[in-house]
Amino acid sequence: MNIRSQISMVFHLDKCIGCHTCSVACKNVWTDRKGAEYMWWNNVETKPGTGYPTKWEDQEIYQGGWEKNGDSVSLRGAGKLKGLKNIFANPNMPVLDDYYEPWQYRYQDLFDAPEGDDQPIGRAVSLVTGEPMEVQAGPNWDDDLSGTPDYARKDVNFKNVSAAEQDAMFQLERMTFHYLPRICNHCLNPACVGSCPSGALYKRGEDGVVLINQERCRAWRMCVTACPYKKSYYNWSTGKSEKCVLCYPRLESAQPPACFHSCVGRIRYMGVMLYDADRIEAVASADEAELVDRHLDIYLDPNDPEVIKAARANGVHDSTIVAAQKSPVYKFVKEWKIALPLHPEFRTLPNLFYVPPLLPAMASVGEDGNYDSVNETLLVGVEKLRVPISYLASLFTAGNENKVIDVFKKLHAVRVSRRNSTVGDVSEQQLNTCMNEAGFDTHVANAIYRLTSLCTYEERFVVPAAHREESIEMLESAHDYKGNTGFGFKERPARGL
Amino acid sequence: MLDYLLFGALPYVALAVFLIGSIYRYVFKGFQVSSLSSQFLEGDQLFYGSQFFHWGIIMLFFGHLIGFMVPSAVVAWNGDPVRLLILEFTAFGFALSCLVGLLLLIKRRLTTKRIQMVTGPMDYVVYIVLLLQIISGIGIAYFGRWGSNWFAAVMTPYLRSVFAFNPNVDLIAQLSTSNAIAMLMVKTHIASAFLIIGIIPFTRFVHFLVAPVDYLWRRYQLVIWNWNNKEIRKSRNYFPGKSREFNN
Repeated sequence: MNIRSQISMVFHLDKCIGCHTCSVACKNVWTDRKGAEYMWWNNVETKPGTGYPTKWEDQEIYQGGWEKNGDSVSLRGAGKLKGLKNIFANPNMPVLDDYYEPWQYRYQDLFDAPEGDDQPIGRAVSLVTGEPMEVQAGPNWDDDLSGTPDYARKDVNFKNVSAAEQDAMFQLERMTFHYLPRICNHCLNPACVGSCPSGALYKRGEDGVVLINQERCRAWRMCVTACPYKKSYYNWSTGKSEKCVLCYPRLESAQPPACFHSCVGRIRYMGVMLYDADRIEAVASADEAELVDRHLDIYLDPNDPEVIKAARANGVHDSTIVAAQKSPVYKFVKEWKIALPLHPEFRTLPNLFYVPPLLPAMASVGEDGNYDSVNETLLVGVEKLRVPISYLASLFTAGNENKVIDVFKKLHAVRVSRRNSTVGDVSEQQLNTCMNEAGFDTHVANAIYRLTSLCTYEERFVVPAAHREESIEMLESAHDYKGNTGFGFKERPARGL
Repeated sequence: MLDYLLFGALPYVALAVFLIGSIYRYVFKGFQVSSLSSQFLEGDQLFYGSQFFHWGIIMLFFGHLIGFMVPSAVVAWNGDPVRLLILEFTAFGFALSCLVGLLLLIKRRLTTKRIQMVTGPMDYVVYIVLLLQIISGIGIAYFGRWGSNWFAAVMTPYLRSVFAFNPNVDLIAQLSTSNAIAMLMVKTHIASAFLIIGIIPFTRFVHFLVAPVDYLWRRYQLVIWNWNNKEIRKSRNYFPGKSREFNN
């Protein structure tokens, strides 16, 4: 057993209102720079939709992630031979137009325009070339389905959804969508790290944050291709790749990242998970049907004395173990099993889990064009969901529909249980049926309800400090720098010649 | 006199600047050591230009290296005229591939607005010396036949004399003067080669010094412990931490 700690996340999609506050917080802190304007380390997508960059989930195009190769995994479009062969020009790499060309408006023209018959306008100018441009796309132009079926119909996840189900969904498409906020998953088996020819990418041993060493990055661009979530970005100005750093300076001082802190819907949870690093290869190469189960099995019970002992022996700090015991992520993912990884079939073992959106059909447009309620009661079962289960299974379970249904039964049971205790119009038989199907009692239902709806800041974010008193030691060996002040000299991020 | 400057002095200036400059840039300006890829801004034209250019120049580099390291083997191979022709035509093919690729890349850089935004003066310097180098090389192959034969008699001893700190400039002068064009090409080729070596630290040429060959034998996953608690506990370890571990 080789126990390590991993900072992990849960996003509760039923709570996401798609306000993009997380994206803006991240943009203002990290990517408001030349060469990084197009990057959204945090972005919010509308599903169904094509996402950012366009069709990022389609690995036929981008060749990202790992594929099963016997008892191990190999990179799909990168790696030693495939990667180095493409190092001079990589045909699978997304280019600027796959994201969007960033622009700014010439606001000054509004003030400087001479008096005339027409309203002055501020034209869009490219942030790359500085020339006037016709804006073709933006980072969230399929927001709220964008008033057109064009984006939704191109969603890659409809591969396994039958034509009839799709028609039913698009008949309702004006009201059937949910949001999918995405950041770097800080995977246990990161494809970006595996693909980096110069070894610039690495996973931090202490907390599992995946970072790019800006001084070692040589712009071979393999991480951009290899990351199946397209969360590694190339800065065209500095000639270095960049990615979400999980606001590690904040993490080290026991604060959640900016996107977590600013989340208006409070959909985000962050906590520590203890896992067995020796099992990564075996889990990543599991059969697709059991991929999710094997993935969740790699996380260990932080209250198990054996696990605690092994974690201590492996150098995990006591405060980290305490944080793991209070981790909201552990509750969602392991105890209640209502959070699932995004696209587990990419085999990177992501550490960001989603509580899938329970979208019950309240009403639909009938043949006569009228909008009619389809249910007699407020709470409908899993069978009347607006989104086809096969669609969500394509997102969260590599196609295993039963796993999604299991989660929905639990989420549904929580609602029935709460309805029963607050309004009391639920029959005992219905309550018992729901609880049996969910496999828990009202105590658990209340606990889920509490952490979902009434959670405090401290309950949502249980981040162990990296011990500020030792923080210099996170970066440098203190003995080497005895007598120095600060972190020594750092160079400006100037582009090479 | 010019010969002494170009073939007696320039090599040492170039090598000294190369060594000191590259080490300085790597150690103190690590952020600026990058291939500065522009594929992200323009990928379609880059594909053919970059592939033709890079594969061509890599093959030529190793061809020259073999000629320098084991000249006798090259001469022995060339003992049979058929094999000589195979060698010469293959090398000529790679040189043409290199030239075509470079011209495509130059055209791309000059005509693409986005690429212009990431183009600096040193990019043009790089193109000029590379053009000079490749065209003079092609000129030698065409006018100074057969280079792979006389390389062993002239260039290898000359280069060895340079590395022995006793440059034998006369070797270059001894080259057949019957063919003035070939002579000019050879001199240009040698001088611009040292020029390229000399400007490596000041241009994007640095990227081939950090070519990722170690990727071939390293393990895929890389975990770095900034501060390894297990090592801290060993009080006898004076410099704990800083462990780099290539596994999962």
